[in-house]
This record gives sequence, structure tokens and C-alpha cells, in this order.
Amino acid sequence: MELKVTDYLLYLDGVSVAFDGFKAINSLSLTIEPGEMRAIIGPNGAGKTTMMDIITGKTRPDTGDVLFDGTVDLTQLDEAAIANLGIGRKFQKPTVFEMHTVEDNLRLALKGDRRVFSTLFWRDSTPEREKIDRILDTIRLGHLREASAANLSHGQKQWLEIGMLLAQDPKLLLVDEPVAGMTDAETEATAHLLKEIAKDHSVIVVEHDMAFVRELDCKVTVLHEGSVLAEGALDHVSADQRVIEVYLGR
Amino acid sequence: MLTNRFLAMLDARGRIFLGVILAAIVLVPILNLVVPTGSSLHVPTWLVSLMGKYLCYAILALALDLVWGYAGILSLGHGAFFALGGYAMGMYLMRQIGARGVYANPILPDFMVFLNWKELPWFWHGFDMFPFAMLMVLLAPGLLAFVFGWFAFRSRVTGVYLSIITQALTYAMLLAFFRNDMGFGGNNGLTDFKDILGYPVQSDMTRLVLFLLTLLALALCYILARAIVTSKAGKVLVAVRDAESRTRFLGFRVEHYKLFVFTLSAMMAGLAGALYVPQVGIINPSEFQPGNSIEVVIWVAVGGRGTLVGAAIGAILVNLAKTTFTTGALAPYWLFALGALFVLTTLYMPKGVIGTFAEWREKRREKAVLAANASTTPAE
Repeated sequence: MELKVTDYLLYLDGVSVAFDGFKAINSLSLTIEPGEMRAIIGPNGAGKTTMMDIITGKTRPDTGDVLFDGTVDLTQLDEAAIANLGIGRKFQKPTVFEMHTVEDNLRLALKGDRRVFSTLFWRDSTPEREKIDRILDTIRLGHLREASAANLSHGQKQWLEIGMLLAQDPKLLLVDEPVAGMTDAETEATAHLLKEIAKDHSVIVVEHDMAFVRELDCKVTVLHEGSVLAEGALDHVSADQRVIEVYLGR
Repeated sequence: MLTNRFLAMLDARGRIFLGVILAAIVLVPILNLVVPTGSSLHVPTWLVSLMGKYLCYAILALALDLVWGYAGILSLGHGAFFALGGYAMGMYLMRQIGARGVYANPILPDFMVFLNWKELPWFWHGFDMFPFAMLMVLLAPGLLAFVFGWFAFRSRVTGVYLSIITQALTYAMLLAFFRNDMGFGGNNGLTDFKDILGYPVQSDMTRLVLFLLTLLALALCYILARAIVTSKAGKVLVAVRDAESRTRFLGFRVEHYKLFVFTLSAMMAGLAGALYVPQVGIINPSEFQPGNSIEVVIWVAVGGRGTLVGAAIGAILVNLAKTTFTTGALAPYWLFALGALFVLTTLYMPKGVIGTFAEWREKRREKAVLAANASTTPAE
């Protein structure tokens, strides 16, 4: 069944999911093109995180289609299978492996055979080291290679997690509030980093921080009560009367 | 090349640990056989057997530390795997008795004759062969752990819920093995062993050899466990322990990793049980008691969770204390002492004996460095 249903990298159509009767996602339709960067904004409870849960296999939708790469039905797969397809996720709260060093965090994330017996007999290799070096440079944590991830600052942890995403080398990156709790300088640097990444990956960024979204300079989707309220350039959507109402209250 | 990798895998702690085991392998036979009985250095056979028993517990603790300390699976049912390995060994020893039993039946063990059974149940076949019995020592606990883990880990049962069902597992095994109909000797279990591989179980020499084999098994299990935890798979296990769902989103099949380490750990526990039975001379359903499995957790906690060496040391220390305590006037208070030990360790030494010792040494080194710096800096 290699028939491409769509050319979109990610295709959500009529997706709904309810928790105890509460519709967290309500016939949501959204498409991402290959190589696109997209910012998703919306007030609390708009369904941003639930949408990510559905794409990454943590939550199964009640109805609707979720297609990846035009062929793969994501609703039938679990988290590990989806991750191995090439969808990486960065969580809202930075979750790195605190007991491991920065280097080991990246090593675990590095694209490769994830089966038990191949990791059991795994050996260090030069190409792998070089990849890790490159990522450490990109996320500017080279000097902390041997440091335990638990000792990183909040911003550094966020960066390490982005580095882990890079190591996975996914086709699609889902990034949940990457600049929450960051200083202005860090925020700006993160925006640069994400734009760098977006050159050869598709990226979905969920964010509250409008200044940051403006910095990203990409197409914006506004979610509200589990469905798309508006879509387009930031200036276009922020001029939309309904968006203003949702954000400022009626 | 291989030796280099082997040495790189061991830390200082591991080298000391293996060094002590090696020293014991050399010294204990000398102190037991060569040094005359009257000498204060003589190690009597009863002491050799007692230490052998502790070492079996040390292997069991090591097995538990592998799943609890590294993969975060708090199994409260490891005693069941230990007992299963013990029963497999016990069945071999029963078949070795042959016609020397009370009822002198060349095939059927005494308890079956007593129950009026006419032929050997199917699952007792093959246990007259030592290699088959040894295979079962590993396979029986391994299979139980695999099937149990398959369902538990696939359904993502974790934390305290998993601990509770492992308790239920060992309790269910206890009830099953108590029944005479099960064909494992019921309440009395398996005992009155005569010989193992043709050597009398009770003889001093057999006991010494069993002790040495247990030491060797402990060393091998340690090396295997260490190889696993220092591999990339070991790093994945720690990742699972600390952030399970994150590991999943990285594309690792968490349930496969857990299943692997749980099954392997159960086989280790089975081996410990198999070495235990000929040294204590009996295996009965009480080995399945839920309390036994909980005690193993205490050993590991006291020694230091997630250190491997600590688990073995904890098992030996606590059991040494248990033997000392339960043979004197303080006997009725042992359980209180054990409970207090667990509470106090959790409160004041969360890293166990090994972890606390490492911390203390680290602090002392830092102080020494500071002092050295202070004395070399010229006063201004």
C-alpha cells in the first residue's frame, strides 16, 4: 500500500478526541508541507498539546485521519514506531535524562538501531562521535560534554533537548514551547537555531510568546477549542477579529 | 583487546570486589583444609556452608539490583524465581536418591509413594539428568518472568502496581506449591538429598566445592550485570528508569528492554536458588513467602541501589546481622531490627552503605585538596 494519498508531510483531517465528554480536539484539520515551518498558537486549553499527543501516538483520536508522508496512518502506531518513522518531539517541560552526561543524552537520541541486542553490543565509532561533535557545536554545549544533564541550567536543558531532536534527525520536529522560562537573549538564540533547523527539516512550533513567533517569521495557525480558528501570516491572523476576541476575551 | 574492554568495563569498586572474590577462592580452601582444626585461623565446614548461603543471597540481590537499580522495576517477587531455580535443583537431587529412600522406590521420590502415586508425573522426567536439570534452573524462572513480563510491560503496568502484582505472583506460587497435587512435595518440599553428581551432599569436600562454585557464580553474574549496565543498552535502561515516556518518544521499545533485563534477572535468581538448595539441604514452599522477596529489597537498599557491588554487600551484611541476632537472646526482636534498618537506611542513607561510603571519601578528598591548596598558597 504505497499509494500516496496526499503530498503533505503531515495531514490531519476531521480529527476529534474527547476526554470524559470534553472535546479536547474538535474536527481538527491541518496540513504541513515537506520542509515547512509552522507556528501554532492558541490560548490555554486550545488543544495544542493534545494535538501533539495524537501525532506522536500518545493519544488515539476518536475519529479522523492522521497521515504521515502521505502513506502512513499514524493512528495505528505506538510512540516508538512513530518516533522511528521520523517524528521527533520536544516537550514543554524540558525532559532530558538527568543521570546521563550531555554526550550520552545525544548518543541515546542519535539515529540508529534501537533494538535491545544491537544496543547491548554497541561500540563507539568515529562517524558517531563526529555527529555528536557537530550537534554539540550547534547547540553550543561543547564545553559541557561530560557534565551531568542534571546540572544544566533550564535554558541549557531546553537546548540539549533540541540537540537530541537533531540527533534523531527526524523528518518532522514537534517543538512544544521551546522558549518557556528563557531569557531574552536565549529566546533570540533559540529562534535562530530553529530557523537553522527548519532549512532541512519540517518543524511545528507550539508557542505562547508572540515576540518569539514573530521572530520565527513563518505561517501561523491559531487553535481554539480544538479546531483551527485562523491561519496565515502572523500579521494577518493577529488582525483577525475572532482571534482578538479569543485572546482578549469577549 | 578483549581484556582491555573487560578492564575498561570494571570500575575501581568492581576490581576490588572481584579481587576479594578471587582471594576468597584461594584462601578459604586453605583455611578449611590445610590449617589444622585447633588453629584460630581454621574455617570450619559449617562456616563455609553458611557463607555459601549468604553468597547465594548476594547473587539474588545482584539480580534484583539489575532490574530495580537500573531499570526502575521494583520487583517484590524475585524470591519466586529464586525458589523455582531451587526446585529445579531439588528435583534433580530427589531423582539422585533413587532406591535409597525410605520406601526404596527406584524411580518415585518418597512423597509420591506416600501419596500412592503409581508413576512419575510428566514434568519430573529428565530431571535425573544433570544438564537437563541445570537447563531448567535457568529456563523455568526465565520462562515465568518472560510470560509475566510480556503481559505486564506491554500493558505498561509500572511503579507500585507492578510491585503489587509481583507480590501476588510469588504468593500465588506459594499457594500452588503448598498443594500436594502439584507434585512438588507439598508442605514438606524436597529434602533428604543424598548426593550431587555422585558426590555426597553432606561431605565436607562437596560443601567446600559448592561454596567455591557459588563464589564463581557471583563473580560471573557480577561481570555479566556490569557488562549490561555499562553498554548502551544499560544507558537505555537508566533512561527508562528516569524518564520512561521520553525514552519511548526517542523510538526505543521500552517494553522490550524491560522484558530482556527482567528475564535475565530472573534466570540469575534461579541460578542463586539452585546453588542454595544443595547447601541448605531443603527447598519448600516457604521460599515463596512474599516476605522473603521484600527482604531482598531491603538488602539492596542497605547496600546501595544501582551499584551492583552494594547489593551483594547488603545481602551479606544483613544476613550476617540476621544470623547473629536470631541465635541469641535478641531473637524475638529481629523483625523489628530489620524494619528499623530499612526505615533508617531510607531516611539517613538513601544511597546505602556503598553510596554513603563513596560520598564520604569524595568529601575527604575535596577537603584534602582544599587543605593542600591552602598550605601551598603563600600568605599575603
